[in-house]
Amino acid sequence: MNKTGIAGNIGDGVRSDCRVTFQPATGGGIRVDVRSRVQALYGAAIESLAREVPAFFSIAHCHLTIEDAGALDFVIAARIEAALKQVTKTDRQFLPDMLPQNQYHTEKDRFRRSRLYLPGNSPKLMLNAGIHQPDGIILDLEDSVAPPKKDEARLLVRNALRQVDFYGAERMVRINQLPRGLDDLAFVIPHNVNLILIPKVESAEQVRQVDEKIAEIAEHHRLEHPVWLMPIIESALGVVNACPIAAAGPNVVALAIGLEDYTADIGAARTSAGRESFFARSQLVNAARAAGVQPIDSVFSDVSDMDALRRVVGESKMLGFDGMGCIHPRQIAPIHQAFAPTPAEIEKARKIVQAFDEATAKGLGVVSLGSKMIDPPVVKRALRVMALAEKSGQID
Amino acid sequence: MPQNLIKNAVGRLVPTEVNGVPAIPFQGVGKYHPTGRKYGAPIPTCADYPADGDKRRPDLRAALIAAGLRDGMTISTHHHFRNGDLVANQIFDIAAELGVKDLVWFPSASFPCHAPIIKHLENGVVHHIEGSMNGPLGKFASEGKMRGLGVLRSHGGRYQAVQDGEVKIDIAVIAAPTADFFGNANGLTGPSACGLLGFALTDSQYAAKVIVATDNLVPFPCTPWQIQGNNVDFVVEMAQVGVPEKIVSGTTRITKSPDRLYIAELTAKFCDAAGLIRDGFSFQAGAGGTSLAIGNYFGRIMREKGIKAAFARGGSNQYLVEMLEEGLVGHILDGQTFDLDGVRSMRENPAHVNTSPFTSYNYHGKGNFASMLDIAILGATEVDVHFNGNVVTHSDGYLLHGIGGWQNALFGKTVILPIPLFRDRIPVIRDEVTTLVGPGELIDVIVTERGIAINPRRPDLIAATKNSGLPLKSIHELKAEAERICGVPQKPAPADDIIAVIKWVDGTVIDAVRRVKSE
Repeated sequence: MNKTGIAGNIGDGVRSDCRVTFQPATGGGIRVDVRSRVQALYGAAIESLAREVPAFFSIAHCHLTIEDAGALDFVIAARIEAALKQVTKTDRQFLPDMLPQNQYHTEKDRFRRSRLYLPGNSPKLMLNAGIHQPDGIILDLEDSVAPPKKDEARLLVRNALRQVDFYGAERMVRINQLPRGLDDLAFVIPHNVNLILIPKVESAEQVRQVDEKIAEIAEHHRLEHPVWLMPIIESALGVVNACPIAAAGPNVVALAIGLEDYTADIGAARTSAGRESFFARSQLVNAARAAGVQPIDSVFSDVSDMDALRRVVGESKMLGFDGMGCIHPRQIAPIHQAFAPTPAEIEKARKIVQAFDEATAKGLGVVSLGSKMIDPPVVKRALRVMALAEKSGQID
Repeated sequence: MPQNLIKNAVGRLVPTEVNGVPAIPFQGVGKYHPTGRKYGAPIPTCADYPADGDKRRPDLRAALIAAGLRDGMTISTHHHFRNGDLVANQIFDIAAELGVKDLVWFPSASFPCHAPIIKHLENGVVHHIEGSMNGPLGKFASEGKMRGLGVLRSHGGRYQAVQDGEVKIDIAVIAAPTADFFGNANGLTGPSACGLLGFALTDSQYAAKVIVATDNLVPFPCTPWQIQGNNVDFVVEMAQVGVPEKIVSGTTRITKSPDRLYIAELTAKFCDAAGLIRDGFSFQAGAGGTSLAIGNYFGRIMREKGIKAAFARGGSNQYLVEMLEEGLVGHILDGQTFDLDGVRSMRENPAHVNTSPFTSYNYHGKGNFASMLDIAILGATEVDVHFNGNVVTHSDGYLLHGIGGWQNALFGKTVILPIPLFRDRIPVIRDEVTTLVGPGELIDVIVTERGIAINPRRPDLIAATKNSGLPLKSIHELKAEAERICGVPQKPAPADDIIAVIKWVDGTVIDAVRRVKSE
């Protein structure tokens, strides 16, 4: 048992993070060495936290080294816990307080125009994510976390869910590909996650596995609010099974597509024109709509090319998608602008809603506008357009 | 050294004597009225200068000897070459070879390239520095290793100090991108072109001896003569006076940081909502990435409204020049150029005017441009709940930046500080600033990514933006938000002894910087 645990990141360009080295000892109490960029202001606080965490895990003797580049307490605590757990077996968890403002839940049909990916092991990007007002933020445990960092990322994401204020964004986590992803759930479900993204889904069964596991954890922790699911389809087989996947259960609220892996899977190169994925995207929209869930498009990965982004989002909207992923906060505003209804769409929706209201007031079962009959789905769609126009700041 | 301290009008304990010279404590904005007459340089006579106008000396060493370099003198330089200056270090290397001691270096600013001066502070050639101390020099001084007290002044305050005779320059060395043998010089052309030489104006006017050093000697007359040869004693030709790519780096670009862009956009929206962006308005935005972005957003708003700004204050750069050329800005009144587009525009465009600390910032003048600005956008390392600002020290007490034109620009009609609420865990809004460089009565608005705080002294701005939908908060709410995220910082305990003083624009002492106890 003389192994050393190391967690976190330090080095040029690393900010808001720290590297913790944990060495067990047989005597000498808890020894702490702190080297911090913010020593003069937080040196004492860091040291006190560094004593609190091992004591919480009933460790009487150890040597902790913390090299700090301005990490917040929830980050330092996650790093210490991760380093310690590499060496010591324990089921206990050192949980920072849950912010009262983080305890909100989300509606099944809320707008999901933009969802901002945040690498699950990079605290710096998490802190200000909410100020850019995406509809959702994704704490990612999957592709953006290197394999050796998977365990420490779980603890960091868990602490972020408790301590970072995302200012009303839907709090999402992308778990790892199954089966590992099932083990991720215990680290996030008890901490008020609103939605789980399931990567590389190819069957409805996989979605049900996740849903059941969540139900199990929720029951254990007596959680009553629903946790929504957004399966991501990233393969030819997934596209073929899009309909059963979208209809896999009542908690599925959206179906997303991941085009990088999909294009590789079908043996095509991803182009900016996107003809190679036209079928998959249309199939996905169709499957999602058939199941009554939101179709969500892939990310656009060239952060510097805003014009191309606008073109791609325009096409997404045209195909019927309701939202798109973002890998940079700058992509949020163009995406929101592109998904906002046009003045003509708003005007048409307004007329339909008006006709519907008038018909309802008169007790008529049939709504008509001019000489045209209006079916309930059209009214529903019009109401949605009006809500989106309000959300986009186009009407009051 | 024992220091007599007195509490000044902003409650800071400041010494009554600085480097053996009596100092007046800050009395409040606009309260101190100077008496007496301006300082004058010794009266020269043409009889002592070559009638053919050729004032050349073989090298800098010969010129310094001819200027009478000796122990205890005050030597001045300018900072138009920024981090590419090759001249200041050479002066003190030569002084060391000549065995000269106890010099006072009086730069208009120092940069990391001046770190070699540390060895001359250690070996006794330089006694102390009166000027900004950036990076390594600031760290050296902060740890109490400099013999005399550092004296930090704003650009305008430096002009005032020389004009009023507080600082008597014995030898001014003016590195010039282009000059003739008579000493006429400018910054417009040559390999080290930096646009203008405004920071050296006072040095040329008031120094006892003036040396112009250039790597681009042109036949007489060098025009325009931003520096007049009639004030110059000696001219020296050198292989290279500056490193061009470090003078105008061309790397000053609009920030790509989404957080800073957000703050910039919020700042522009605030100005618009407050009714400050109107036809014929004026603004000053610095060269930082956030400031550039704000200028860009101003441009967008002006285009939408179909209005233009009467003038903008530089530091100029590509973006401001584009706005001038597009007609969005009537004039650029420029104190320093930050890139080659700025240099070119100043050379070619009569509406791009070079200014000096005398025209823009000198508080002991008959007015200056700073107070005529509608919007001044500035930075800060810290702001406190009374809106006092700090630009020179970090929260750990280290002196790491100069004042620049910051204090002077505080006289703008609306002063806005776009700053992040915290940097690497360090909250920017404090109960008390570590060093009080600008009094809160002159700072109107703090814009952070988590909300905007308007100084209660500006009820007009509060009323104008009340229903704007902008995230308006009190400065106390912002501070609480930062401390919720970062934790409440402990109070660093500096040593008692003072290592530098901060002058206000009128030459009074507004605060003192204390030594940082080494670990």
